Amino acid sequence: MKLHEYQSKQFFARYGIPIPKGRVAASASEAKQIAEELGGRFVIKAQVLVGGRGKAGGIRLAKSPTEAEDLATQIMAMNIKGLPVRKVLVDEAANIKEEIYLGITNDRGERKPVMMSSSAGGVDIEQVARETPEKIIRVHIDPLLGLRDYQARDIAAGIDLPRDYWRTFGEIARGLWLAYKDSDATLAEINPLVITSDKRLLAVDGKMVLDDNALFRHPDLTEMRDLDVEAPSEIEARKYGLSFIKLDGSIGCMVNGAGLAMTTMDIIKLFGGDPANFLDIGGGASSEKVAAALRIILNDPNVKAVLFNIFGGITRGDEVARGILSALEAVKTDVPMVIRLVGTNAEEGRKILADADMITADTLADAARKAVAAAASHAGSVK
Amino acid sequence: MSILIDSSTRLLVQGITGNEGIFHTKQMLDYGTAVVAGVTPGKGGEWVLAGKIPVFDSVRIAVNATGANTSVIFVPARFAADAIFEAADAGVNLIVCITEGIPVQDMMRVRSYLDQKGARLVGPNCPGLLTPGESKVGIIPGNIAVAGSVGVISRSGTLTYEVLYALTQNEMGVSTCVGIGGDPINGTNFIDCLSMFEEDPNTEKVVLIGEIGGTDEERAAEFINGYMTKPVVGFIAGRTAPPGKRMGHAGAIVEGGSGLAADKIESLEAVGVKVASHPEEIPSLL
Repeated sequence: MKLHEYQSKQFFARYGIPIPKGRVAASASEAKQIAEELGGRFVIKAQVLVGGRGKAGGIRLAKSPTEAEDLATQIMAMNIKGLPVRKVLVDEAANIKEEIYLGITNDRGERKPVMMSSSAGGVDIEQVARETPEKIIRVHIDPLLGLRDYQARDIAAGIDLPRDYWRTFGEIARGLWLAYKDSDATLAEINPLVITSDKRLLAVDGKMVLDDNALFRHPDLTEMRDLDVEAPSEIEARKYGLSFIKLDGSIGCMVNGAGLAMTTMDIIKLFGGDPANFLDIGGGASSEKVAAALRIILNDPNVKAVLFNIFGGITRGDEVARGILSALEAVKTDVPMVIRLVGTNAEEGRKILADADMITADTLADAARKAVAAAASHAGSVK
Repeated sequence: MSILIDSSTRLLVQGITGNEGIFHTKQMLDYGTAVVAGVTPGKGGEWVLAGKIPVFDSVRIAVNATGANTSVIFVPARFAADAIFEAADAGVNLIVCITEGIPVQDMMRVRSYLDQKGARLVGPNCPGLLTPGESKVGIIPGNIAVAGSVGVISRSGTLTYEVLYALTQNEMGVSTCVGIGGDPINGTNFIDCLSMFEEDPNTEKVVLIGEIGGTDEERAAEFINGYMTKPVVGFIAGRTAPPGKRMGHAGAIVEGGSGLAADKIESLEAVGVKVASHPEEIPSLL
């Protein structure tokens, strides 16, 4: 789960990281009011959970409260990469002398958090990594010990930060580590951390991504979730405990197990079709869950066929078959269904489904071929 | 012969009185696994499954009383890291964690601690291990595989069953199947298992089932190139997965151009691993 810039910076501020004076506004008049309170020059920043806001015109400089109001009106009418701008952050504008990157993320390969910093701040760190990798300093943090002071000094020296700033930089680095650790973040990033013309360090932009598996420990942060970034079908699926991702193809997939669900998508593609979704219905596969999943899949008008690929392991094939049967009774459709049911009690399962109007398949390849053919002929008949 | 588990495995089940714990304990017992103890704090002194298995309050007490040498964990995600620490502190050599959804920072702390202790963890978010005919630790359905000489390593659950099933259909048996789990940070990786299979006299060939996310398959390819004399056949799930989306498993995500199926397939093929285009092709490549 991603946090907005203003949420991330407010969270950083709790850990003593200096951020610009400012507040978030949900309307242009509110933006004007904040500007009046702040005085001086302001930055008006679209709060959307995508990169490239600046290039899209979502970050503008205003010299007066009236201009702030005008720019806020313009920005809040924007749609940046498909996302509506519902809020703008009004920050006092900093006099920037230099821009630094400072971030912490999980290094999967090393199984440790890694703090990264670069004197080339203000641009996408992945771009820096590609173009000038020598400009990035990486320090791995022992998850049991935490960031040590010497490590922060090593980073400061590594990015050629003048010694005058080391102490403050160390406090910011420590604050960022604690913010990352306490929130179960997978990414906590200040980009840029600026040196101002009056020689202060200031976190001008901030970004946090939280571990969805740890949200149970952070009810306050969970409330900050922005549903705009998720497809409505994905939000609906989460309510039923289904792992669902919407795609653009025409063949709906209903599978038990994440690895098998990905494999089912892949094999549809291999035989010339396109999957409409990723869906893992999990182990239990109760009729209620299957019905909910089927409704979500069929809500997508692109779907011209549905492929059920169920491996009966501990979950027995006959139980799953009964779930599917009652789901089919609850959700009426003329979209063709292909089912492949194998593993434990598959034979009994197939008998239960014998009277259902479904195309049966024995192997994965056979199922994919039949689903691709069914989708093509259904698309033809609908036209 | 096999790797990690065999007929000498003496298993304790952490979280034995929960729904999952008790269900799978019965399955493991029916398969022939020597399940010697269960642990549920606060329920020490009880017996489960018609008096067959004693329940203890802590792993330490259970190990002292029964000589258990392996633990399987079914406790909920929020308590799972503590359960792993407890097993390691009680001196259990092999800890298998089935639990899905453990926070990744918990796993980083667990892994750091376990490395210092020298304990081996398999998982989390995994189906466990199966040595056909000898022992099953976890939730892999025992009836879908037969004993033989193919070693199987996988990041997935049902996809692994699919592969085991395909092997059985083609009259190929398995030495040991290890589900290493779908989380970004796990205890045992492909390289650990490849090196054990290389040493195991009963394993002749290895199947490696990977998926998008991370670079463990690329690292495995380097290891195969340098150390493996036994043939390896691979399969990588997620060729059609969109970038930036987590495909069910916490670790199955293409991020910042890293973790792509195409890169993994290329790395494996470059060192002579035959990579199947779908699971049913695996037996013919062996």
